[in-house]
Amino acid sequence: MTTVRTPDPPLARDTPAGPRRRDRPDRRRRKSQPQAFAFLTPWLLGAVALTVGPMVVSLYLSFTDYDMFTAPDWVGFGNFTHMFTDDDRYLQSVKVTLIYVLVSVPLKLTVSLLVAMLLNTRRGANGFYRAAFYAPSLLGASVAAALVWRALFMGGGPVNEVLAFFGWHTPSWVDDPQFSLASIVLLGVWQFGAPMVIFLAGLKQIPAELHEAAAIDGAGAFRRFRHITLPMLSPVIFFNLVMEAIHAFQAFTPAFVIGGGRGGPADADLFYTLYLFEVGFQDFRMGYASAMAWVLLAVIAIVTAIVFRTAKLWVFYDDAEERT
Amino acid sequence: MTVLPRSARSFGWHVLCLVIVAVVLYPLVWLAFASVKPPDEILSRLALLPTRFVFDGYTKGWEGAADVGFGRFFLNSFLVAGLSVVANVLSCSLAAYAFARLNFRFRGALFAFMITTLMLPYHVTLIPQYVIFQQAGLVNTFVPLILPKLLATEAFFVFLIVQFMRGIPRELDEAATIDGCSVYRTFWHVVLPLSKPALVTTSIFTFIWTWNDFFTQMVYLNDTEKFTVPLGLRLFVDTSSQSNFGAMFAMSALALVPIVLFFLAFQRLLVEGVSTSGLKG
Repeated sequence: MTTVRTPDPPLARDTPAGPRRRDRPDRRRRKSQPQAFAFLTPWLLGAVALTVGPMVVSLYLSFTDYDMFTAPDWVGFGNFTHMFTDDDRYLQSVKVTLIYVLVSVPLKLTVSLLVAMLLNTRRGANGFYRAAFYAPSLLGASVAAALVWRALFMGGGPVNEVLAFFGWHTPSWVDDPQFSLASIVLLGVWQFGAPMVIFLAGLKQIPAELHEAAAIDGAGAFRRFRHITLPMLSPVIFFNLVMEAIHAFQAFTPAFVIGGGRGGPADADLFYTLYLFEVGFQDFRMGYASAMAWVLLAVIAIVTAIVFRTAKLWVFYDDAEERT
Repeated sequence: MTVLPRSARSFGWHVLCLVIVAVVLYPLVWLAFASVKPPDEILSRLALLPTRFVFDGYTKGWEGAADVGFGRFFLNSFLVAGLSVVANVLSCSLAAYAFARLNFRFRGALFAFMITTLMLPYHVTLIPQYVIFQQAGLVNTFVPLILPKLLATEAFFVFLIVQFMRGIPRELDEAATIDGCSVYRTFWHVVLPLSKPALVTTSIFTFIWTWNDFFTQMVYLNDTEKFTVPLGLRLFVDTSSQSNFGAMFAMSALALVPIVLFFLAFQRLLVEGVSTSGLKG
C-alpha cells in the first residue's frame, strides 16, 4: 500500500548517513544539476506560466471588477462581501454543493467498501465483477452518461415506473426541486468503482492470520470488521476520503446536464462550479468569478486540513515509520 | 451464523454479485436499447427490448448540427485526446525522471509544491489562463486544451510515474552510467522502457479524461466547426422534445464506445496499474 508520503531526502537511498558522506555526493549533485533542470524545463514552465503566475493574477482579480474588455477596477473586499450578504444564488450554490459533498462522499465510500469486501474472496469470476463495477467510474463523468441519467429519472422513466410498482409514487425527479439533487448524488454513487479498486488493494494487504487469530479467540464477523479491517484500512479510507471530497467539491458535468444547463428546477442543481461558470463565462464578471474560485480553494484547503488533523485520531499505521 | 455447505455459500455470493452487476450496468444496457427504439417508445415503455429496431437515431444524429456532422465532432475529440496523450506521456515522464532519479537544488521544495498542485482546484488558474490564451488569439483553437498538458501541469501523472520509477532498481541506472551512458541515454534506454506500465496507465487515463472533459472544452471552443463530442451532445441538453430523443441516445451511445473499447483492451493493465500505485481518477 502506498500512501502519499514525503519524498526521501536527496541521496538518503544510496549513501548511508555518517562520516562516509563526504564531498562525493555534492560533486555528483553539482554535476547533474544542469541535466536535472533540462528534464524539468517543461514542468517548470508550466508551473510558472500556467499555475503560479495565474494564481497570483486571479488573487489580484478577486479584489477587482473585471470584464476582460476594460482594465480591472479595484473594489477591495467588495466581491467577497457581496457574495455572502447580497447574492442569494451564490448562497444557494454553496448549500447545494455542501449537501452534495456531505451526502455523496460518505455514501460512495460506504458502498465501495462493502462491495470491495464482497469481492475480497478467493472465488472465481472476480475479474469480471471488478471490471463491471469499475466501468461506471470511467463513463460516469461524461455528458453522455449524464444524458442517460436524466432520461432514467424523468417523469415516466424507468426509475419512476419501478418505484411506482413498489407503491412509491414520485414526481419526475429531474424536474422536482426536492428530488433533482438526489438523482445527481446517485450518479456520483454509481461511480463507486474507483475507490472500490483502491479498497480492494488495501484489503489484500491485511494479513489473513489476524482474522484467523481473532476468529479463534471467538470474535464474530462484525467485531473482526470493527477491530481489524477498519483500523488496518484506515490509511486507505483516509486517502479515498480526501480524494473523493476534493472531486465532489468540483463536480460540474452532471449538474450542468441534469439541470438542463441552467441549474435545474429552482436552482436545486446549481453547483458551485456551475455558478462560477455562469458568472465568469456568460456574464463576464471575471473578478467575481476569481473571488469565487479562491473561496473554493480556501474551503478545499480547510476541509483537507481538518481531515489531515483528525487523521492522528483514527488513521492507524502498523509500522512505526513517520509519515505525513 | 449457520454454516452452509461451501457450494451453497458460493452460489449465494455469485447471485449477490450478479444482482449488483445488473443494477450497475442497467443504465448502459438501457442506453444501448434506447438508441434503437422508436422515439415514442423510449420513455413510454419500460421493456428494454424495442417492439421494432429503428436506426433513424444514428442516421439523424450523425448529421449533427448547424451543417457540421457528428463525424467532425468525433474527429476533433480524437485529435484533442490523442495529442493530449502524447503531450502528457512526454512531459510528465521527463519531470518524473528528474524527481525520481536526479539531485538538484530545491528538489524537496519543488516536489512538495507539485504534490500541493494535486489538490488545487482548476478554477483558481482558469480565468488568468483564459485571459492569456485570449490575448494570444488562441481561444477557439485546440492549443489551450493541449499546451497545459505539454507543460506537465497534470501533477497527478507526474506523481504516478515518480512512484513507479522509484520502484525500478537503481543498480540498472548505475550499470548504464558505468557503461558510459549519459543521464539522457539512461533515461531513454533504461528507465523509460521499464516504466511502461506507468506510461500505459497515464495514456489510458489521459485519453478517457480528455474524451470526457466537458468544462474546459466548453470554455475554449466556440465554433461548431471546432466542437468535440461532449459539446455536440450538449446541443441536446436544451431540447426535451421526444423527436430528438432517438438522435440524442444514439450519439450518446456512440460517444461511450471508444471508452468501452479502450477499457476492454486495457482492462487488466488498468486495474492493476491503479491498484499498485494506490491512486485513482
